Amino acid sequence: MIASIGSRLGQAVLVMLAVTAIAFVMFRYVGDPVAMMSREDASPAEKAELRASLGLDRPAIVQYGEFLGRTLKGDLGISFRNQRPVVDLLAERLPATLELVIVATILSLAVGIPVGVYCALKPDGALTRAIQTISLVGISMPTFVTGIGLILIFAVTLRWLPSFGRGDVVQIGGWSTGFLTRSGWASLLLPSITLALYQLTLIMRLVRAEMIDVLSSDYIRFAKARGLPPRYINFRLALRNALMPVVTVTGLQIGSLIAFAIVTETVFQWPGMGLLFIQAVSFADVPVMAAYLLFVGFLFVVINMIVDLTYTLIDPRLRTRRA
Amino acid sequence: MKRGLMALAGALAILMTQSAGAQTLRWSAPGDAVSFDPNAQLDSFTQNIQLMVYDTLVRRNRKLEIEPGLATSWQIVEPTRWRFKLRPGVKFHDGEPFTADDIVTTVMRTIDPDSRNKGNLATVVKAEKVDDLTVDIVLSGPYPLLLNDLTGIFVMSKSWLEKNNAMKPGNTSTGVTTFASTHANGTGPFKLESYAPDSKTVMTANEGWWDKPEHNLKRIEFRPIKSDATRVAALLSGEIDMISSVPLQDVARVTGTQGFKVVEDPSLRLIFLGFNWKPELYADPGKKNPLLDVKVRQALWHAVDLEAIQKRIMRGKSRNTGTMVAPPVPGYVADIDKPLAYDPALSKKLLTEAGYPNGFKTGLSCTNDRYIADEQLCLAIAGMWTKAGIQVDVKTESKATYFPRQDRGELDVWMLGWATLPQMDGFSVLSGIFASRKDGYGGSNAGGMTIPALDELARKTAVELDEGKRRALMGEAFRIAKDQALFIPLHQQPLAWAMRSNVDMPQFPDEYVRPWFAKVN
Repeated sequence: MIASIGSRLGQAVLVMLAVTAIAFVMFRYVGDPVAMMSREDASPAEKAELRASLGLDRPAIVQYGEFLGRTLKGDLGISFRNQRPVVDLLAERLPATLELVIVATILSLAVGIPVGVYCALKPDGALTRAIQTISLVGISMPTFVTGIGLILIFAVTLRWLPSFGRGDVVQIGGWSTGFLTRSGWASLLLPSITLALYQLTLIMRLVRAEMIDVLSSDYIRFAKARGLPPRYINFRLALRNALMPVVTVTGLQIGSLIAFAIVTETVFQWPGMGLLFIQAVSFADVPVMAAYLLFVGFLFVVINMIVDLTYTLIDPRLRTRRA
Repeated sequence: MKRGLMALAGALAILMTQSAGAQTLRWSAPGDAVSFDPNAQLDSFTQNIQLMVYDTLVRRNRKLEIEPGLATSWQIVEPTRWRFKLRPGVKFHDGEPFTADDIVTTVMRTIDPDSRNKGNLATVVKAEKVDDLTVDIVLSGPYPLLLNDLTGIFVMSKSWLEKNNAMKPGNTSTGVTTFASTHANGTGPFKLESYAPDSKTVMTANEGWWDKPEHNLKRIEFRPIKSDATRVAALLSGEIDMISSVPLQDVARVTGTQGFKVVEDPSLRLIFLGFNWKPELYADPGKKNPLLDVKVRQALWHAVDLEAIQKRIMRGKSRNTGTMVAPPVPGYVADIDKPLAYDPALSKKLLTEAGYPNGFKTGLSCTNDRYIADEQLCLAIAGMWTKAGIQVDVKTESKATYFPRQDRGELDVWMLGWATLPQMDGFSVLSGIFASRKDGYGGSNAGGMTIPALDELARKTAVELDEGKRRALMGEAFRIAKDQALFIPLHQQPLAWAMRSNVDMPQFPDEYVRPWFAKVN
C-alpha cells in the first residue's frame, strides 16, 4: 500500500514536470506580457528595460530552470497583472472553485445515479425515452450556452436567482465559504447546475448501461430464481457492481470539472481559479499560468490516487489481492 | 442667538435631506482594478478606479479641462521649476492632514527606478518642499505638459506609507508587494472599504472631502463581470445599476427594455491603419515596397468605404475621421478632419499612375480582442482592397501576440488605436507615432517611418511653452500626415454605457467613470 502510494507520488512529480515544461514552451506563443505592462507610448528602451527586469529576455529553458528552482523553495513568484504573490492569489480563489466543483459533483451523482437506475429498470417506459432524449441535449450543449440560457430564464426573466458572483461569503480562517449564507447558496445554484450538466448525463448513461449489463448476468438471474426481494437484487447486488466504472469516471471527471470550470466561472463571474487563469492568459501573466497548470497537474494525480484507493473499498476482491 | 439657531436648523435640514437622498451605486465593467498601488501598474481602468479614492494636484472638470485639485495655484518660477501652492485644510481618509511632504513622497515614489509608471513623469527630476503648503517640482528641461501629467499622479500619504512599510512601489521584478496594493488612503471623494479582485470592490462617500460633492452617493459597489452577455443580464435583472461598455449588439435590446437607457458618445480612441516603411513588404519579399509611394497610400485610402463600415459594422455608432486625433484633444484641426472620399475609380487611377495597374500584394493585420469589432473591420477593409485589385493577406490575432509583433515592426499594414491618454494631448501622437524611433521618441512607430519634418515638429512641440504656438506646431504635423497619407485614420470608437433610467452618470470621451458627478434618483 505504502509502496504503491510512493510510486504514485513519483509519477506525480514526473507528470507535473512534463506539464510545466510543455507550458513554458507554449508561453512563447501566448504573447508578450511586456506589451501589456507598458504605457501606450512607451519607448523601445523602456520596454527593453522592463523585459530584462522580468527576466523575459533569457532563453525559455533558463526561465524554466529558474521557475523550478523557485517552486522547489515554495515560491511561485509574483503575478505580472496583480503584482501580488501567486500563492496568495491561488489560495484566495481555491475555495470558490472547490465549492463549485464539490456541489456540482454531488449534484451529478445524486441525480445521475437514481435516474440511471430508473432508466435501466424500466428500459421501455415513456419517461425513460424522454430522459434519454433530454440527456442527449445535455451532453451536446456547450457550457456557455447552458449558462447564458439559465441566466436569462432564472435571473433576467424570473428574477429568482443572481446572475453572477458568489453572493455573501463568510471567512473561516483562510477559507471563504458561500455555504453559510442564503445569497451564497442562491449564487451557487446556477453555476453548479451548468457545471454538473455534462457529468450528470454522463453518469446517468453510464449507470444505465452498466445496470442493464449486470441485470442480465447469471448471478442476478440465480438471485431472482432464489426469490430474493427485487430491492435487494437491484440495489445490493446489481447497483454495487455497476458502480465500479462510475467511481472511475467521477474521479477523473472531477479533474475535468475543474478544467471545465474555466468556462462556467467566466460566464458567471465566479471568482475562482478558472477566472484567474483566463485573465492571466489574456494578460500573458506567466507566473499565474505556470502555477495554475502546476496545480491542476497535481490535482489530477491526487484524484487518480484516491480513485484507486476507493476501488478497494467498493470491490473486496481487490483488497485481498493487494494484501 | 435666534439667527444662530435658524442657521443650525437650516444646516441640519440640509444634512438630513442629504442623507435621505444618499444612494448606493452598483456598477460593473469587464475589467477590474489590478492593484490599488498607483505606482505598480499602468492599466488605465485601474487608474480610473483609483481616481475615485485618490486626488491629484490638478484634475479634469466636467469638460475635461484642467482645473485646480489639491493645488490651488501654480507658477513657472524658472523654465525647469514649477511652484505649486497647496490647498489648506485637506485631510486624508485616515484623518492625517495633507501637506507638501505628501507631494514630495508621491513624486519621489512615482519616479523611483522601480516604479512602473515612472514614464508618466519622465521629465521630473525631483520635488522639493518650500513650506508646509508650497512645493516645487523640478524638471530636466522646459516642458509644457507637466499639468497634463499631474492629472494622473495620485497623491499618497507619507505617514500612511511609512506606517505600513510601503514607501517602495510594488514591482514584479523586485518582488515587492506592499500594503498599498490592496489598501488605499487618499484624499479623494470616496474611501476604499474593501477590495476583492474579480469579485467586489466597495467604496463609501468621503464625508470629509475638501470639495463640495456634486454626487448623492453614499456607497459604491463595483462588481466586475468579464462576460458581455452576463454583464447585460445582470443589468436587466436589476442586480446592477450601471454597466460601462455595452456590446454594440446589445444596445438596441437595453434601450428597448423599459426602465433602462443607453448613453453613447464617440470616445477619444481613434482607430487607424499604419504602414510598413521598410524597403520590402513581408507579403512580397524581393520587390520594392509599394507603400513607400504616396499615391499607393492614397489609393488604399480611397478604396476604403468608411460610410459602409460605419453603418454596417459599427451600427452607426462610430464617428469617421480624416485626421489622427479626436476633436477634444489639443492639436486637433477641424479643416483636415475629412477622410479621403470612397472612390474606387480614383483609387484605380492612382495605382496605375504609381505603376501598379494590376495591384500588388500586401499583408493586413489586426487584433481580434482589443478594439470594438476589430476583426470585422479588418476583414471588411481586406475585402474592399481586394475589390480594388490588391492581393491582401489578412491576419487577425489576439492582442497578446499581436502587439509584440507590431512592436517589432513585423507587419505590412497594421491597425492601432490611440487615445492620447493619460496626457490627452496631440503631442502623444507626435512623439509616439509620428517621430522616428530615436532618443525615446517613436515608441509605437515600429514600421520604420522617418519623416524629418515630423521629427523636428515633435521635438519643437516638446519644449514649446506657448500654448498657441504649440498647438500650431501640432496642427502642422497632423496636416503633413494627412497630405502624405502617412496613415489611414478610420474612426473614433463609440463609447456606450447602459444604466437604469434613474441613474444620472455623465459620460466622458476618455472612457473614465467619474462617480463624483453621478446622481441616483
